[in-house]
Amino acid sequence: MQSSPMRALVVDDSRSMRMILAHILGQLGYQVDQAGNGRQALEVLDRERNEISLVLVDWNMPEMNGLDFLRALRANPRYAQVTVVMVTTETQASQMIAALEAGANEYIMKPFTPEVISEKLRLLGLAA
Amino acid sequence: MTTEATAGRGLREISNENYVFLQKWVHQASGIVLDDGKKYLVDARLSPIVREEGLDSLDDLCNLLRATRGAALEGKVVDAITTNETLFFRDVAPFDALRSVVLPELLERNAATRTLRFWSAAASSGQEAYSIAMMLLDMGLSSWKIEICGTDISEQVLERARAGRYLQIEVNRGLPAKFLVRYFDRAGLDWQIKPEVRRLVRFEKRDLRDDLRGLGPYDVVFCRNVLIYFDIETKKKILAGIRGCMSPNAYLSLGAAETTFGLDERFLRRPLNGAVFYQRGE
Ligand SMILES: C[S@@+](CC[C@H](N)C(=O)[O-])C[C@H]1O[C@@H](n2cnc3c(N)ncnc32)[C@H](O)[C@@H]1O
Repeated sequence: MQSSPMRALVVDDSRSMRMILAHILGQLGYQVDQAGNGRQALEVLDRERNEISLVLVDWNMPEMNGLDFLRALRANPRYAQVTVVMVTTETQASQMIAALEAGANEYIMKPFTPEVISEKLRLLGLAA
Repeated sequence: MTTEATAGRGLREISNENYVFLQKWVHQASGIVLDDGKKYLVDARLSPIVREEGLDSLDDLCNLLRATRGAALEGKVVDAITTNETLFFRDVAPFDALRSVVLPELLERNAATRTLRFWSAAASSGQEAYSIAMMLLDMGLSSWKIEICGTDISEQVLERARAGRYLQIEVNRGLPAKFLVRYFDRAGLDWQIKPEVRRLVRFEKRDLRDDLRGLGPYDVVFCRNVLIYFDIETKKKILAGIRGCMSPNAYLSLGAAETTFGLDERFLRRPLNGAVFYQRGE
């Protein structure tokens, strides 16, 4: 076990959604940063260097959406180890495929319950 | 107990005498042990039936159960009392161990026949059986002769399992997104398991307390999160029955809170890759 807490970033343009996700991740032992869109998320990641290992990102957001964020992130080898989970109301198989192809590690459809988050993170080896 | 929930529902709480009757009745019908002090659970789960049947109270329902041998009503009550909660790849670790240790061993052992037989005992709505099926397809084993049998005491969950159609909240739970897009079709707001997965799996109604001879022999048995509901004698009987359906050296996976320890010492405890399996021995 690491001594310092694992760090995650929640990216969503809804403040209440950010708070819900941050709360759930907090209970799983994560220290959580927040961003309101993809552009801000890239800034936070850049600022925090390689500290953040998990990003939960919405799809539809102003300025830079989740898919564009994902593409930008995956274009930068520095972030190859960052795990990205899409958390979105988009539920078409074609959209899921697009997200996975762009480098998402997992996909969660809204609405979700706290267990959904922990179960998906367990799949990724990121929760007990 | 006068919780808001019971008050809101407007049903009288079940009498102590009838609660004892129901404990015995449920035990006889399903083997499940209803602890003392679970009145709230009985209330929450059986109230809808009371209303459906046009009865006034849980006590009336007990009287009806005493008076009738109606299979339909009995089935409904057992369904309502049993916990059917399940999810795809539940607990992850047993499936990881299946993929990385158990299956490689079985592929060697069964190389001559190229058959693999699995049993999801207490399958509920089928997620466990389909998880195994998807994993096998993902491992490229579709040319093997694969049989996955799912059994449960509840006809209601078996119908759902056979249909292989799941709600969004169900496919959100434990199912890797790549499996969702590969092995399911969108069906309105739901998700339908594809025929290529469906054809590996078959579902049958079985009470685990009954004589299980005729089933198997299986290479791997998943009997997860059901033994916890039974008393010790029933657990012993079920484990012996399951053991009789396993091929030599076959593997058994139990729920995280379950064990063969103290119940059936013939099983070998095998910690595998973060999970525990119980091996039959020769
Ligand atoms: C909590 S679910 C477990 C599902 C799955 N194995 C899992 O681990 O997710 C328990 C299931 O056991 C079934 N069950 C209860 N009593 C049974 C019995 N006597 N024989 C067979 N199945 C039984 C219930 O109908 C229910 O679907």
